[in-house]
Amino acid sequence: MSDSTSRVDVPLEVGLFVTCLVDLTRPSVGFATLKLLELAGCAVSVPELQTCCGQPAYNSGDRTDTRELAKQVIEVFENFDHVVVPSGSCAGMISHHYPALFEDADPWKARAEALANKTYELTVFLNDVVKLTLPNGSAEITATYHDSCSGLRELDIKDQPRNLMSKIAGLRVVEGEQAEVCCGFGGLFCVKYPDISESMLDQKIDDLLQTKANMVLGGDLGCLMNIAGRLSRRGSKLEVRHISEVLANMTHVPAIAAPDQGGQ
Amino acid sequence: MQTKTATFKDNAKEALANETLQIELARLSQGFPIRRQQAADRMPEFEQLRDQARDIKNHVLANLDLYLEAYENKVTDLGGQVHWARDAAEAREHILKICKAADAKTVTKSKSMIGEEIAINDYLEDNGITPIETDLGEYIIQLRNEPPSHIIAPAIHVSKAQVEADFRRVHTDLPEDRNLEDPVSLLQEARSQLRDKFLNADVGLTGANMLVAETGSNVLVTNEGNADLTYALPRVHIVIASLEKIVPTLEDASTILRVLARSATGQDMSVYTTFCSGPKRLGDLDGPEQYHVVLLDNGRTDLLGSEFEEVLRCIRCSACMNHCPVYKAIGGHAYGWVYPGPIGAVLTPGLMGMEDAEDLPNASTLCGKCESVCPMRIPLPKLLRSWRTRAFENETSRPMGHRALQIWAWIAKRPRLYHKINGMIVALLGAVGRKKGVLRWLPLASGWTSKRDFPTPLGDTFIQQYHRGARGDASGQWLREDRP
Repeated sequence: MSDSTSRVDVPLEVGLFVTCLVDLTRPSVGFATLKLLELAGCAVSVPELQTCCGQPAYNSGDRTDTRELAKQVIEVFENFDHVVVPSGSCAGMISHHYPALFEDADPWKARAEALANKTYELTVFLNDVVKLTLPNGSAEITATYHDSCSGLRELDIKDQPRNLMSKIAGLRVVEGEQAEVCCGFGGLFCVKYPDISESMLDQKIDDLLQTKANMVLGGDLGCLMNIAGRLSRRGSKLEVRHISEVLANMTHVPAIAAPDQGGQ
Repeated sequence: MQTKTATFKDNAKEALANETLQIELARLSQGFPIRRQQAADRMPEFEQLRDQARDIKNHVLANLDLYLEAYENKVTDLGGQVHWARDAAEAREHILKICKAADAKTVTKSKSMIGEEIAINDYLEDNGITPIETDLGEYIIQLRNEPPSHIIAPAIHVSKAQVEADFRRVHTDLPEDRNLEDPVSLLQEARSQLRDKFLNADVGLTGANMLVAETGSNVLVTNEGNADLTYALPRVHIVIASLEKIVPTLEDASTILRVLARSATGQDMSVYTTFCSGPKRLGDLDGPEQYHVVLLDNGRTDLLGSEFEEVLRCIRCSACMNHCPVYKAIGGHAYGWVYPGPIGAVLTPGLMGMEDAEDLPNASTLCGKCESVCPMRIPLPKLLRSWRTRAFENETSRPMGHRALQIWAWIAKRPRLYHKINGMIVALLGAVGRKKGVLRWLPLASGWTSKRDFPTPLGDTFIQQYHRGARGDASGQWLREDRP
């Protein structure tokens, strides 16, 4: 590790909640997150018993399963100093919605609140908590950042990713006029209402293309897969990545929905 | 009006294919949100005012019986009369009775969502009374025999060319070669057509933006002044309003007025703001001889004290739909009833029941933009979720989707099984599509693949790789030795 790496005196015990989409479709985001947390001097653990935060059940009205999945996450993660999540919506689920799942008299309420208070979305944790200094890296990237809805409006994530990106030499950020407008993902919304989702998504993509950026970055894999999947269907070569991959200098991994030339 | 909430998906499809509508919707979403932001930025205390407005309405809802009684007493003192209506049918009967007693032939009407909710125009027509809409947008859609598609801009779905064609079709007394190119000429023509109607109407029917308990007044907010001519010229003024429109004092009314127009159109104030208090008094030069208020419940008291109570704070400013990406995609008619956009998606199931309105609370990404601009701080995403919970718990929802979800949740509660299954899925998908990077088709996922490619999983799952010892190292290398 280079000297410019920021370190905290006593390593923070961080539990990495990797999220289902990262686990299933894009492990590189997990490894990039791991690397960034270790650069920041954290002692990172990845509990094997983690699965899903329960968002699909929650947003479908299934409170019973949501509560049970929440309890599982609480049990697995409550003993860490901090819990870090490379997704605004999953972090928001834990820090914003878990406490509201339990009645005041329920002992799980206090445990949910305790976990909520130490759970962070990745860019918030890197920028605000550990104040990460990145090793000298350089890139030739003109990126535009898509502000995912839950991160933006539940967790106030706006400046943190931009501040982190500004530390990478050669990374230029151009803002889309519609950066804060929903991409039409919405979890199960995009498969339940594909026509409406498509319309929202195409407006999002037109805005992204208008920036002339050569890379779209964001902090939520759901939105990014939605955007990348549509770009691919439209025949566009615009690269889409999770911000962690750029911050961790791991852009040799194929972009989302891009062909894997190095594989096999 | 005909209810079409049950065919939401088809309505949406139709709207997405309607090019005129799409052009108008793009224009709408460019205008109102920008002007609202500018208005909010001009006012340093805007956010505090939103808190105050919310608190006023919360106080009213907690003491609604008290304020309704005080309001009725005040209206009676002023010489007016309050008519209570449990549902739309009772409200219509009250109105018809008043009209018949006044021997009314024509009724002028200013914009009222309650008028739409109780479908008063059709009812009056069926009973031989001619209702005439006097708000320009409402006038246009009345000519077209359409319901409004937006709360404050009811004809937002109609293009200027369509208005011109409608005017030429209906205003046959005017010269055919008249020039209607300019929007102002359309406005002038509507105005001249309406002038006689205002003067000859027997009854004026208005809504109410608020009802003030302290003074017994109804508040009318317009940009065209049509409500003033509607209530002041005829012999009888009927106000139709739902009972949550009450505010305690004039001071409270002015607090809410300060957020209303700013949230709606970005104006500091609407052009006309009128407080009507009772009939014409001795010595008044003009005003109606009779003043009636029809107070409608229509399911609202059932929402009081429920998890949906907060929706009753709504002041119908339209900020939620002006900022909603779903509304922007499909417009107001797709929602299938009176109230479109996020507020409609929460209110409609509350007023009509969930059975035929189940798509409405589901057709949202819960992006939260609506809540961020609502002047009354109604937590719309939370309320949309609450409807989904109700539907799930009452099993009114499609059982197929629910069963799939429950199976998934059952697996997710068994981490070892979950990871084993995920590993198999990833291996399978990877074998099929890794080289290309995407899958163009996936079984049981046509909702996704009909519109987009599915990014192929990069390798084994993260948990599998991590617990096999793979790490991302500090030099920027991603260890690939475990890749197939």
